[in-house]
Amino acid sequence: MTVQASLLPGGRRLHLNHGPIDAVIEGWGEPREVRAAYDQAIAAFNGVLPTLVKELTILRWPLSETAPVVQGVVARRMVAACWPFRNSFITPMAAVAGAVADHLLTAMLAGRTLSRAYVNDGGDIAFHLAASERLACGVVGNVLAPAIDGKIELTADLPVRGIATSGAATKGTGGRSFSLGIADAVTVLARDAAAADAAATVIGNAVDLPGHPSVIRRPAFDIDPDSDLGGRQVTLAVGTLATTEIEIALTAGLAEAERQRQAGLIYGAVLTLQGRFLVCGDRSKMMQAA
Amino acid sequence: MTTDPNPDPVASTDTPEESALAAAKTKGEGIVVCDACPVLCRIRPGKTGACDRYGNIEGKLARLDPFVVTQRTIDQEGRMVPFLEAPWNGEIVPGGGTFVTGIGAGTTYPDYKPAPFIVSAAVDGVDMITVVTEGIFSYCGVKAKIDTDRYVGPEQAAVRVGGEQVGHVTTAEYGSQMLSLGGVRHLTGGSKKEGVVTCETLLTLCNKGAVEMSVDGGAALTIQAGRPPVINGTAEERMRVGCGSATIGIFAKQWQGHADEVIVVDDHITGVLSEHQAGRFLDMRPAGIRVRGRKSTPGRYFQVANPGTGWGGTDIRDPLAIIEKIDPKAAWPGLRLLMVSTTGEHAAWFVLDEALRPQPAAMPAAIERVVERIGENCEPALTTVLFMAGAGGSLRAGVTENPVQLTRSVRRALTRVTSGGAPVFIWPGGGITYMVDITTMPDNSFGYVPTPAIVGPIEFTMTRASYAALGGHMDCIRPVESIRAVERVKAIPWSPANPWPLKPPAGEA
Repeated sequence: MTVQASLLPGGRRLHLNHGPIDAVIEGWGEPREVRAAYDQAIAAFNGVLPTLVKELTILRWPLSETAPVVQGVVARRMVAACWPFRNSFITPMAAVAGAVADHLLTAMLAGRTLSRAYVNDGGDIAFHLAASERLACGVVGNVLAPAIDGKIELTADLPVRGIATSGAATKGTGGRSFSLGIADAVTVLARDAAAADAAATVIGNAVDLPGHPSVIRRPAFDIDPDSDLGGRQVTLAVGTLATTEIEIALTAGLAEAERQRQAGLIYGAVLTLQGRFLVCGDRSKMMQAA
Repeated sequence: MTTDPNPDPVASTDTPEESALAAAKTKGEGIVVCDACPVLCRIRPGKTGACDRYGNIEGKLARLDPFVVTQRTIDQEGRMVPFLEAPWNGEIVPGGGTFVTGIGAGTTYPDYKPAPFIVSAAVDGVDMITVVTEGIFSYCGVKAKIDTDRYVGPEQAAVRVGGEQVGHVTTAEYGSQMLSLGGVRHLTGGSKKEGVVTCETLLTLCNKGAVEMSVDGGAALTIQAGRPPVINGTAEERMRVGCGSATIGIFAKQWQGHADEVIVVDDHITGVLSEHQAGRFLDMRPAGIRVRGRKSTPGRYFQVANPGTGWGGTDIRDPLAIIEKIDPKAAWPGLRLLMVSTTGEHAAWFVLDEALRPQPAAMPAAIERVVERIGENCEPALTTVLFMAGAGGSLRAGVTENPVQLTRSVRRALTRVTSGGAPVFIWPGGGITYMVDITTMPDNSFGYVPTPAIVGPIEFTMTRASYAALGGHMDCIRPVESIRAVERVKAIPWSPANPWPLKPPAGEA
């Protein structure tokens, strides 16, 4: 029904839900400040979905050389985050989760003093770190077999305030959206969650083996008639691949990630497929074995 | 500049715009439009919407929250065996240990169709039938009991959540204050916003969550089932041992010889030991200390102060403020006076000086022990939440073709009613109006429909013979083992505190 806001068991984390949006929020600081920040997040959350829905048709349209004009604060974040990728197929929906996370984080921090905070919108995370604070992030290589495969230590001095993960797991198989690629997970670190979200989608699409018989694909609208991906072939399932095939697919994704990193769009990325992973960026900072 | 057609986005979030809804309902083989939220997902058969909470099951929109069965395991001597040590693997064990709950069962609205699940299980050679459904309750609410002496607000005062009235303050009970929340008049009788906020409040409380509310002319409250109430930002700790008069009665003998007078400060009935029946009985000398307020019977005073959050639920911070006068003919220098609240949280010791003025003094150990004992006898203050709803209406048609037969069968204790497997109290009189302690139910047992109304699980269990006798849908009975075929089934451990519903009912045959 309407916006649901509740503290999760333990009383520390705030859960916001409205329709398809689920965000888990945690802040650290004086209890009074944390409570005020949560109130601000709830207030900011109230209008998010109805406002997005009003511009949904535009937001589901592929970007081309003319930037679409949108009014909503979240919608503008989405368009801005996806804009650098307009030369390949992308719609602003690629950054919706990250943009909501950034929006809520910005709202909860306004006028508040928190040492750390994060907004996790379905795996796309915006976070705040005061000077010399750090946040440890577990990386799950495969959402279908969740385990902490590695961890990323986020420190205040890194130019990173967003982390997002894209993968091929679709609706009904553990995921919530579609991918044109076959990666189990592409985790991206960027300046904010929307930028990371859009970049992870594009890198995830690039981890691919076009025409491979073990990859089962269907037109997106066969599964979701309203998908922004329309008739494009989205990945439903990936059979077991040979080691060389995995390397080929991951390397294709890494090339895209490296291009983005050199263009200053992302700080780094971790790409995983069937138990193997490649790192883009400063490996010592990006990934430590769990 | 344009004006915002939706100045209040919260109130309107779930009202799909007419044109949007119409547009979404365009062609598409077997596509269902979900109107549970403004996204208006169009869902293909067998798929789910964007939230994964609603799906298209055989052309109908359905909630996909897992359907819950509870299971118990029993060792060879018939004792319950906890299996919480190991994570539950979700398998349903064949045999009599499975009870199918209404949680997630779905409903059959309109109600003339058989209930979603009518299952049979053989128990001790008797074939037991459980009719499982989720009721959509417009006639429902919560009775909340808040253990506190603090002043919550005047009787009949409005209780509000986010400014909307969701209920009212009702009677004060022993050491507690009752709230009546929800009910059909707030759910559907007021504005749309009032109904939505009331529905959310009931849903959160019944799913064991916390809700902040305010009482007109009273306190700000945060209540949650099984947790201490938070009143004006202070978590209540203890429930008082009794009213001031009762406290005098309970501890009189233990004070005897250690104090010459004891005044138990209480917003309801303040007790004065030497005047009280208990003091007289112990031949205590009248101390001549007269408290304010209205005398009820000897040693029992009403309205010694105003209600508040100080001593014993009054607004008193300095206990001497309730002393009206000290009679020089009766009192004497050196008189030892204890003033204490009904929870022992506040206590002070005084000795009268030569001018018969009470002077603070160090409390003797013997008195301190009794004060501590008052605290020890106070139970932890909790909020209890009973969900109350009427299943007397058309829901019964899902059970039988002749609904009144079900009511009669319940009356005669041939049919057992449970809610999420938990025992219920059924009100005498017409219909099947029941109350259930929501803490005895599995977590997240409740849902809602945008009407607004609360969706709650309800199960009717009886023998096969009784079910046939009341005109049951005999052709829809399926064995409990077949529930395994339900893909979204979720098995949870049986709560050993609840009676096992599949025991054949004890009613007249």
